[in-house]
Amino acid sequence: MYEMNNASRRNFLKTTAVVGGGLLLGFHMPAFARNSRFGITDVTNFAPNAFIRIGTDDIITVIVNHSEMGQGAYTSLPMLVADELDADWSKVRFESAPVDPVYNHPGFGMQGTGGSTSTWVEWDRFRNAGAAGRYMLVEAAAQTWGVDAATCKTEKGFVIHTATGRKLSYGQLVDKAAAIKAPEKLKLKDPKDYKFIGKPVKRLDTPEKINGTAIFGIDVKVPNLLTALIARPPVFGGKAKSFNASKVKAIPGVIEVVEIDRGIAIVANGFWPAKLGRDALDVVWDEGALASLDSSTQAKQYEELANQPGAVATKEGDIASVKEKAVKTIEVAYDLPYLAHAPMEPLNCVADVKADSCEIWVGTQFQTVDLMTAAHITGLKPNQVKLHTTLLGGGFGRRAVLDAHFVSEAVQVSKAMKAPVKVIWTREDDIRGGYYRPKAHHKISAGLDASGKPLYWQHNIVCQSFAVGTPLEAMMVKDGVDSTAVEGASDLPYHIPNLHVAWNMAPNGVPTLWWRSVGSSHTAFVVEGMIDELAKAADKDPYQYRRMLLEKHPRLLNVLDTVAEKAGWKNPVAAGRGRGIAIHESFGSVVAHVAEVSITKNNTLKVHKVVTAIDCGQVVNPDTIKAQMEGCVAFGLTAALYGEITFEKGRVKQRNFHDYKILRMNEMPLVEVHILDSKEKMGGVGEPGVPPVAPAVMNALFMLTGKRVRSLPLRPDDLKKKA
Amino acid sequence: MINLKVNGKAYQVDVDPSTPILWVLRDTLGLNGTKFGCGMAQCGACTVHLNGDAIRSCVSPVSRAAGKEIMTIEGLSDDITKRLQEAWIAEDVPQCGYCQSGQIMAAAVLLRNKPNPTDNDIDLGMSGNICRCGTYQRVRNAIHRAAKMKPKAVK
Amino acid sequence: MKKNTGDSRFSIKYFLYFVLALGFITAVAQPFNNKKNKTISPENKAIAAATITDATTINDKSDADKKREEESANAFNEVYKVLMHPRCMNCHPSGDAPLQGDDSHIHVQNVTRGPDGKGLYAMKCSNCHQSENVAGLNMPPGNPNWHLPPANMKMIFQGRTPAQLARQLKDPKQTGKSMTQLLEHVEHDKLVLGGWNPGDGRTLPPMSHEEFAKNFREWIEKGAAIPQ
Repeated sequence: MYEMNNASRRNFLKTTAVVGGGLLLGFHMPAFARNSRFGITDVTNFAPNAFIRIGTDDIITVIVNHSEMGQGAYTSLPMLVADELDADWSKVRFESAPVDPVYNHPGFGMQGTGGSTSTWVEWDRFRNAGAAGRYMLVEAAAQTWGVDAATCKTEKGFVIHTATGRKLSYGQLVDKAAAIKAPEKLKLKDPKDYKFIGKPVKRLDTPEKINGTAIFGIDVKVPNLLTALIARPPVFGGKAKSFNASKVKAIPGVIEVVEIDRGIAIVANGFWPAKLGRDALDVVWDEGALASLDSSTQAKQYEELANQPGAVATKEGDIASVKEKAVKTIEVAYDLPYLAHAPMEPLNCVADVKADSCEIWVGTQFQTVDLMTAAHITGLKPNQVKLHTTLLGGGFGRRAVLDAHFVSEAVQVSKAMKAPVKVIWTREDDIRGGYYRPKAHHKISAGLDASGKPLYWQHNIVCQSFAVGTPLEAMMVKDGVDSTAVEGASDLPYHIPNLHVAWNMAPNGVPTLWWRSVGSSHTAFVVEGMIDELAKAADKDPYQYRRMLLEKHPRLLNVLDTVAEKAGWKNPVAAGRGRGIAIHESFGSVVAHVAEVSITKNNTLKVHKVVTAIDCGQVVNPDTIKAQMEGCVAFGLTAALYGEITFEKGRVKQRNFHDYKILRMNEMPLVEVHILDSKEKMGGVGEPGVPPVAPAVMNALFMLTGKRVRSLPLRPDDLKKKA
Repeated sequence: MINLKVNGKAYQVDVDPSTPILWVLRDTLGLNGTKFGCGMAQCGACTVHLNGDAIRSCVSPVSRAAGKEIMTIEGLSDDITKRLQEAWIAEDVPQCGYCQSGQIMAAAVLLRNKPNPTDNDIDLGMSGNICRCGTYQRVRNAIHRAAKMKPKAVK
Repeated sequence: MKKNTGDSRFSIKYFLYFVLALGFITAVAQPFNNKKNKTISPENKAIAAATITDATTINDKSDADKKREEESANAFNEVYKVLMHPRCMNCHPSGDAPLQGDDSHIHVQNVTRGPDGKGLYAMKCSNCHQSENVAGLNMPPGNPNWHLPPANMKMIFQGRTPAQLARQLKDPKQTGKSMTQLLEHVEHDKLVLGGWNPGDGRTLPPMSHEEFAKNFREWIEKGAAIPQ
């Protein structure tokens, strides 16, 4: 039905496909009106394909196979359908897709959401779905009127016979249209005729998100639902040796204490008794191999690893032959910590395991993996497992896990209890629960020639891999290099004649995962900081220096020039303020930021303004792109200023938002977004705004202090002027 | 038994008096619009009005609400709320949406106390509500927009 | 800038100090004068006397006076340790935001005192701070009257030297309290006592409340000397 022409050109997809066609469910059409979130029960429906359902009431429901976690998939994908369908936007609704191979991510080979792919990867499929629907409706109208379909047009939910002005609404046509077969090849709209694509369309999910009716996973209600909290080992890799639940069971409301593979579940008739029960549980833990893990010794270990040659990710030219020609050399190290995703909605999952079925309600990014895991745990066939995707209260990668652990927990407890169970993570469970952005140490050196141009660049990255040892390894690890560990550094766009980028894998143990913008979340900070260092060493303007080294990259140059112009780079910055620039390409898009900062009287960093330019190719919803850039700035700034997970005696030191701080209203800079009118290939927008935030801000701070911040998060001492 | 008044409706709940209001709303009364985010008054996702104050229900024991009026996002329907909700749509504020109940509850108190808030007032009134998606700029714009709107009819 | 020495404005400044000091003596004495005909507890008489005595320390002192003054100052230095401890100082900040934690960082939610010291808008102290401590590590500490000093009487501790703080405490214009009322605040106010029941995850002041109150009383009774 659709071509995966986007998929093949994306290296990202080749490397991220996970469970290739592992699901053996017979194709069925999605549940029709009886299950509609809008409660429409009395209309006949017409479903031209798996993605559209049109009712006799003219309501057009777009079934969306990408999870809505804030990125706007439930609006941008319906926009693609609605445009080709010539729909009346006020009649368009969304519905989350059930799990079925027809809804697989075209690149992942399974159902899932991630990698900033949702819109571009469905660009053709969803427009084609809309076009198929339109074809069938027009044919139906033409047959009704006995006219040639070519003499009919469509407009805002109606088929109109141009010559006579007769019109029929889509709802009036659905019965007849259902019998018509759409051809394989459909003519798609000329872009100049787009009604919605490229225009700022209001999100479809806003109304329910502002009156308390939106259903997130944690809000799911099922009759006789129990709530469970799980006591997990205080050290990663630990196990319960023994536990005493006598005090727990005495707490009113506590029903049962169940041991599962990941810990001990306290099952109760609500969150609060479960919480009190968990507080009262005595456990003797076998803490395992990481019991002595400590951030300071780990830092030393990473530094030592950085002296090893490592696996080569990129090698161009020959550094040894030019090293002596350098008139200036810089050799520095950058450090970035483990980071928690900390979505606002703590992880949770509802599972209802019965003898012959398992039903799951969860805000997930990886439906197929979750479903297959549930089938495995319950011993049921995959088609006996039904998974409902709820809204996600933030994802950022945390809800795309290969071991489906937060689903597995609920399924295990429900199975043991023979009752529906909702497992809720507390914020402490979330912050201390692992699956962090890997900690990274970068050793980097470069040499400049007399004109200030770089002669060589040697970059050694140390971090863990979350691919090695998993099904991802075959796709993501090549020649011993995990692509997610080096992306953004191994594909350095700057012209450096002699380049060497290597990776040393740090020992695993602490669970790590993709975190909004993945490898680029650390590599961009290093690359964009280092380029600024080289510009300084060459006594060049940081913007002009980047320009000089990006000559062969018109797309990046264009973004860089746009951001510099919009930020007024050529004008001097206001007194007491510093200004910094950074650019990075990731997920098929290029984003540059110019940040303006000052140091407050309380010795904190104030980011006043961030001017952003993005080239993501074809624009679907410009307002969503702006929203994502604003969000990326907040996310990147949180990491730059505060984000840090550290260990002492094997335990995570941070617990909640008081010591794992998140940017707040009073710290939010003004964000001004400029979207380039671009003919480039479509890229993503959910993540690429994050990587250049921290470097733009720290480069701006450098202007004020003369000190280079090479370790995140920012420390109070970083704000003092260079002595 | 504790007597509660939530969104104008009287309830008798049989829970331990130390149970946080949040969990009485969610687990006992089934009002799920109020969200759990941190459990320690850090994030504001659980904000409800108790006699008009924007309390954090995750740390407020239900005993505190006895004989007082609780208003949650589901029950909020005054002029200020209607303006806020209209402004929230106009600015397309929410992303994931999880924190937005709390944001609106806090904004309603802000506007009640300060009908034309400055940016600084918004900083002072809204910094207790974390949005991990980073919708702050739009929350700010929506509050300014709501402040400028004409009063709405209230049923 | 001129050097201070020889600056004519300098002597005027001293004169002003003197006038202020006189005003202060009157102000402190006033409440007691007004109550002349009412019953004054012997305790309060002692305090009133002590205060006035202190204001006359510019006169020649006997050895006994000097010893008394020294003891008073020493007692204040003990008091000072408590006042500057995060449990006390965090609610007596130099800015308009309360402080938090043993490192006395600015309250992370951008809380401000507001006109009455009880917060502003959706950020009232009691929105999070309950009438009692909430159980658990670093959970919001509680008190039925949780607040900062009001905006018109900020009672700043943060950044004050012992001498500055002692002077400030003796100035009812800056405390809104007579010395008697101040002692009452120190000895019995539940918000002050809360410093010794701060909730899990917070250190205690460097001495018991009993000891603190004893020192505070001694400071006053022995003349409320200003430590050097």
